[in-house]
Amino acid sequence: MLSARVTDNSSAEQVQSSPDALTIRLRKKLSSSFGLDVDFALHRGITILFGASGAGKTTLLDCVAGLRAPDSGHISISGRVLFDSEKGVHLPATHRKVGYVFQDLALFPHLSVESNIAYGLSHLAAPERKQRVERTLEMMGIPSLGRRRPVQLSGGERQRAALARALVTDPSILLLDEPLAALDLPVRMKIADDLRRSIQNLRIPVIYVTHNRDEVFMLGENLTVLENGKISAQGTPHEVLSAPRGETVAQLAGFENIFDAQVASIHEERGTMTCCVGSARSESAQVSLETPLVRAQVGENLRVGISAGDVLLATSAPAGLSARNVLPGHLLSLSQRDAIIVARVDCGIELSVHLTLGTRDSLGLTPGLQVWVIVKTHSCHLLAR
Amino acid sequence: MDWQAFWLTIRLALTVTGILIVLGFPIAYWMAFSRWRWKFLVEAVVALPIVLPPTVLGFYVLVALGQRSPFGRWWQSMTGHTLAFTFEGLVIGSILYSLPFAVQPLASSLSGIDARLLDASAVLGVSRLRTFFRVLVPLSLSGLVTGVALTFAHTMGEFGVVLMVGGNIPGLTRTLSINIYDQVQDLNYAAANTTALVLVAIAFVLLSLVYSLNRRFWSVWPRN
Repeated sequence: MLSARVTDNSSAEQVQSSPDALTIRLRKKLSSSFGLDVDFALHRGITILFGASGAGKTTLLDCVAGLRAPDSGHISISGRVLFDSEKGVHLPATHRKVGYVFQDLALFPHLSVESNIAYGLSHLAAPERKQRVERTLEMMGIPSLGRRRPVQLSGGERQRAALARALVTDPSILLLDEPLAALDLPVRMKIADDLRRSIQNLRIPVIYVTHNRDEVFMLGENLTVLENGKISAQGTPHEVLSAPRGETVAQLAGFENIFDAQVASIHEERGTMTCCVGSARSESAQVSLETPLVRAQVGENLRVGISAGDVLLATSAPAGLSARNVLPGHLLSLSQRDAIIVARVDCGIELSVHLTLGTRDSLGLTPGLQVWVIVKTHSCHLLAR
Repeated sequence: MDWQAFWLTIRLALTVTGILIVLGFPIAYWMAFSRWRWKFLVEAVVALPIVLPPTVLGFYVLVALGQRSPFGRWWQSMTGHTLAFTFEGLVIGSILYSLPFAVQPLASSLSGIDARLLDASAVLGVSRLRTFFRVLVPLSLSGLVTGVALTFAHTMGEFGVVLMVGGNIPGLTRTLSINIYDQVQDLNYAAANTTALVLVAIAFVLLSLVYSLNRRFWSVWPRN
């Protein structure tokens, strides 16, 4: 019951039959303790590859592009084999027809925008090349910037130029490595919108790498989560998030509170179970929470995630509530982040709670104040260890 | 002013510079992009001519070119004489002597180029060789010009190696720097002064070029 329609490493077979499938199966050691081990397939459309920094996302893209070689595996697009360790196939990057927008864009600083975009088109005759470049500049909304150098462009314009350069060669796969990471916040959403419009109608697989939650929701048709070098979840954003599995997905879904939990007792008839929640280090600092029932045994170790926006506070002992988890505690600290107040509360475990500015004032919240923490059973999301 | 010596010196400097740019680029490329853990040893070897006395270098070159070495004997069997005390021998000695002055500015310039640019070029379908000319050379131009200027100036100013390998033969191996030495020995201070000033002027022009280039803002993509 831990997973809904979320699939893991075995989804490759289902999608392989689709004619435009990009099949990626690879293993690569990244450090002495950690490596990539993935097996998945994508079809046309945008697939968000989500994972924490250092999870191996860029290496994965580099392997698909042919810039680095996996230790073993198989990569093919629409039946065309790009890499196969068993058959000894390794098509060089120059022959793969992959469009790649790098994290720092890698626009050639000594060339104009026009020349940058035309860079990959030297096999075409000059008139056709010029025409394609002009058309792409129009399409990207930067028709007048052709003569400028990258250093003279704004962040958003550079981004568009880099995308234009990747698309003008008519690639069969498009890779985007955190394309919005270098942009300022206000610019980001606007560019994200433009990006979505530019790439959503492409009839090729697009891998969009990010560690930003907002981009997932803005752009994602398919979401693939990379955690510790492995695919931990795959599906539409809704599917993946409605039943979060690994910790990366939990963070994606916005669980500010994640704790170790051990199943204490199971109440099948109620559809719930009781877990001992707390830091694994201190036995004394543990509380009992009633959580939804999942397929687990008594004594099993899991993790529980609670969104900070799902927690309520009361300044006097509440009565007659529907919530099953009411924990006494005291307020540790209050801090303001944009328009919300983040309160840290110690009720046996330390929780982050999101409140409005108005609440802080109307309840007279100050550090040290005695409060009661209220958490609904269904706000406790159980995660695999 | 000994014009014969002057033109000989210019010829030597031009020849050595031309050869070193071609020879130096691959070495500089390797030094800039290789991550071999023993790379520092190669870097030290390349830098040796900067600190070694010219007589040490001159000595080894002489021995390598002379009758005592297998190469020298082979050359003699082919041409009837060794390379020692010839213009070609000077060229060889000067190449070794000026090597770091060509390689180091080039390597420094190349290492300032973001490796991702090379990746971008590959992904866009451009071969390694064409990437070299379309990306690496334009972006390392300041390093190239610096290397050319320094190599030329350094070769013009050689004395010890030239003396040992060349032997001060007029028209063949008597360069301007040796010429000054001779003139001082002959107590011909006026001539020595003229020659010296010419060398100072040339060196100054070249160095001004070098420093002007490396002061200008060069829009090389910053390395992460």
